[in-house]
Amino acid sequence: MTAALQISDLTISLGGNAILSGVNATINEGEFIGIFGPNGAGKTTLVRCIIGTLPPTRGSIEVLGLPVGKASRQIGYMPQGHAGFDSTALSARTLVEAACYGDRWGIPWTSRKSKQEVDRVLEVTDAGHYANRPFSVLSGGERQRVMLAQALLGDPKILVLDEPLASLDPKNQALLIECVARVKRLTRTTVLFVAHDLNPLMHVMDRVLYLAGGGAALGKLDDVVTSASLSKLYGFEIEVVRVENRIFVVSAEGNVTECAHHD
Amino acid sequence: MIDTLANYLSYDFVRHALVAGSLSAILAAVVGYFVIIRNVGFASHALAHIGFAGAAGAALLGLSPLEGMLLLTVSSGVFMGATGDKLQRRDLAIGMVLSMALGLGTLFLRLYSTYAGQAKAILFGNIFGVSKSQITEMVVLSLISLGGLAFFSRRLLFASTQPLLAEARGLSLTGISIAFMVVLAVSVTLASQVVGVLLVFTLVIAPAGIALRLCRSFWSGLIVSVLLGLVAVWVGILLDCLTDLPVTFWIAAMFFVLYLVVEGYCRFFTRSDR
Repeated sequence: MTAALQISDLTISLGGNAILSGVNATINEGEFIGIFGPNGAGKTTLVRCIIGTLPPTRGSIEVLGLPVGKASRQIGYMPQGHAGFDSTALSARTLVEAACYGDRWGIPWTSRKSKQEVDRVLEVTDAGHYANRPFSVLSGGERQRVMLAQALLGDPKILVLDEPLASLDPKNQALLIECVARVKRLTRTTVLFVAHDLNPLMHVMDRVLYLAGGGAALGKLDDVVTSASLSKLYGFEIEVVRVENRIFVVSAEGNVTECAHHD
Repeated sequence: MIDTLANYLSYDFVRHALVAGSLSAILAAVVGYFVIIRNVGFASHALAHIGFAGAAGAALLGLSPLEGMLLLTVSSGVFMGATGDKLQRRDLAIGMVLSMALGLGTLFLRLYSTYAGQAKAILFGNIFGVSKSQITEMVVLSLISLGGLAFFSRRLLFASTQPLLAEARGLSLTGISIAFMVVLAVSVTLASQVVGVLLVFTLVIAPAGIALRLCRSFWSGLIVSVLLGLVAVWVGILLDCLTDLPVTFWIAAMFFVLYLVVEGYCRFFTRSDR
């Protein structure tokens, strides 16, 4: 079986600062991986490397056995933040249609086949019933389900979701996670889910990729998110506190480094 | 009144005005649609004024005013496109190019004082002074611009609405940005031949802006935008004939009133908050 993602000795420097150095990780097909780490740990940087918009400084990433860039069609990507559609009345469906075969030449005509594909992905994320409303009037949760639908165009083998829970309330967070879990069950796709807080994802994740201090630890939640393992990664003392099935990552000084809702 | 209109239509200069006006309106409405989606209104405004400097400087190089305008706007467009997609950096780059061009424009006007009369025509437009050869020139350039735009409009729409996603699919955002700026430069230059540098902005921004406040799909928005542009130009020309007030005033006034009505409608009847 080829790995969905093979990260070998990956080092990424931006402006002379090493964001990640010497990261190795193998992610199998069909796994649900939660990617966590404090702000600035390189989560988005790693994502940009995986989708091929940022070349690694050293090392390599292989996607389904192919070098990054050759496999961009196999990756469904949900960027952080929203589309710049706020000043127009263009509908959510129009947004998804623009992304459907958006890399082809010619005029943006939506063929019947594309229309069916757009309908299909909107149904999967339960966004079909409001897709004809202007994107600009949708709520944060509704928008994220449209963006997720867009990532599903063309049946990708790997889903890369960059902080899709940011700025969602707990109810919409749960809805979106449920949606991703359903997609994964239906399509056996590999999911890389970047998030700030690991608690909402505990019941769906297979393994955790934790980034901190320029390094990364990959493994089962109970092996990686422990005081010993995270202290080693951060390079200073970290305490992992469990309260009623919730996990809090706290530095020894008592600052909550994880689980705090980031701004 | 019908008789008076029919009488006006029998004049060549009125018919030429209608043809040239229609061409500019179509081109500006289509290109303007992407200007609104991409949020590059400032660039379209700047390109028109940069064209003014090009026209003024054309004499220096022994070019026609149109050639001078095209030369300067297209090269400025390439520069603006190449400075990338970061909005703040782009605004600064556009502002700097614009101020340099306006500075050059005043310099050229001082050096060639005989040119002052023509400068007025370029700033305010002279829709009733369009010759047959100018119309041919406009048809050719419009077809080239629209053809070019059609060729990459699918990628342009994708890159404009979802830049990060488009980049992940392997599109070059800078390449698309430069290509669009070149099309925008040519369109703005052509349209300013008709309505003048000061009001070309109206034809680019107003129809597309209003259409995009109302229409939910790409094609309905594009068609409404073109229709609004065409009707405004036709009515403006006819009102000019009837009232002897300038056509550009009428076009701007119609769009402004329409904008107020549409904005009011949108705020009143649709949920503009989340």
